[in-house]
Amino acid sequence: MIEVKNINKAFGSNKILKNLSAKFETGKVNMIIGQSGQGKSVLAKCIVGLHEVDEGIVSYDGRNFSELDNFQRREIRKEIGMLFQGSALFDSMTVEENIMFPLKMFTDMSKKQMLERANFCLDRVNLSGKNKLLPAECSGGMQKRIAIARAIAMKPKYLFCDEPNSGLDPKTSIVIDNLIKEITYEYNITTVVISHDMNSVIEIGDNIIFIHEGQNWWSGDRNSIIKTDNKEIIDFVYASEFMGRIKSLMQNNI
Amino acid sequence: MKVLGNIGKYFLMLNIIFSKPEKWRIFRVRLMNEIETIGIKSLPIVTILSVFMGAVISLQTAANMDSPLLPEYTIGFITRSSTILEFSPTILSLILAGKIGSNIASEIGTMRVTEQIDALETMGVNSLSYLVLPKIAAAILFFPIMTIFSIGLSLIGGWIAIVSSNLSTTETYIFGLRSFFVLSNIGYALIKTVVFAFVIVSISSFYGYYTKGGALDVGRSSTQAVVISSIVILICNFFLTQMILL
Repeated sequence: MIEVKNINKAFGSNKILKNLSAKFETGKVNMIIGQSGQGKSVLAKCIVGLHEVDEGIVSYDGRNFSELDNFQRREIRKEIGMLFQGSALFDSMTVEENIMFPLKMFTDMSKKQMLERANFCLDRVNLSGKNKLLPAECSGGMQKRIAIARAIAMKPKYLFCDEPNSGLDPKTSIVIDNLIKEITYEYNITTVVISHDMNSVIEIGDNIIFIHEGQNWWSGDRNSIIKTDNKEIIDFVYASEFMGRIKSLMQNNI
Repeated sequence: MKVLGNIGKYFLMLNIIFSKPEKWRIFRVRLMNEIETIGIKSLPIVTILSVFMGAVISLQTAANMDSPLLPEYTIGFITRSSTILEFSPTILSLILAGKIGSNIASEIGTMRVTEQIDALETMGVNSLSYLVLPKIAAAILFFPIMTIFSIGLSLIGGWIAIVSSNLSTTETYIFGLRSFFVLSNIGYALIKTVVFAFVIVSISSFYGYYTKGGALDVGRSSTQAVVISSIVILICNFFLTQMILL
């Protein structure tokens, strides 16, 4: 489980996170949602240590990340898989090399074992046989799946996904969502997904945290989010015309 | 204040770069790749520049020798001295700051804005050591070789220009090259080259690594890397000359 307690983060005079606390449970898809500029990505980057928190505690299964030195932090990071918004694949490496990269860096596996693991991960994201392609030769959806394959190569305990569906068509988004959900349950990992996409929230969100003005404004599950009367959440969830129609249908019990 | 802040940040960066690589095997592979990128791929431009600069130095020297009291072998002597003392270590480094510096800053800058560096960090990789240390090692190893190569080619370029223009004979030119030769000048040139190699790679990496924003900012970092490396090379050149030659 990942826990953040009373964290504050500011860039200059601009306070992004204000005394924010949250828990991300193991074996569940924990979603961080909220409007743009409310601090979702900053929160994720604070959790993985890409940003230093000004105050507060970030702990991984009881290990206080904020108090660890760089070496100890790197040890925890080896247990983290991260899917970035833009995939962040190494563009000079092939698909296979991208997936094998963390294995080469941190394990003593033979080349054959690494190749087997890379093939297994590629198979898991339905991209068997795409080993020798370069990231530039892959579509956006394929790149996301390759990034997921790279993220799970080291059998992580924690998986972070920063807007996994951005720039993808609805059908591919569902594929990615399902993949994240399956991997989370299959390997019993703590998954944290940052998303704007209400479809994803309803599809895969076991635990949902709504960030507003840098604070944990609301938390609950996918059933409670559509029933809540919290104004900010209603504004966010039913912002699109489509969701608005669904709401009126629900209100009319149709 | 911003300049002082950047200087502090630069030295902190160096401290992180010079930490033990995660795996020596991977470091060796990356070192070989960087030797190819930074060193071997620069050889064509070094060859062209050196030959023509040597030729121009010798022609200009010949053109300015009005006094009959000046011996003809002065052409070879001046060509050799200019090449060893200044052209091959300094001017070549300034030109390579443009080629290699912008390449490094844009490569690392692009990795930064496309979150590839963040990806390395979240995996637990010391991104600075992984990306920059092999580049510094490759430059420090290969720049002296390039300098020696450049000195040789410049002297050949000077010889071709002088002999083909009938301004002197091969024997006189070679006599000039060998006259008043000070071996320690080669050491001076190589020391300068090593310092300049370090300056180019570390400063360009600094600007690339701390790029913020998008494609435009990568271009800006690239330009800053070249400008600042060139200025630092000239300043280091002055102090090294004072320390070693005087």
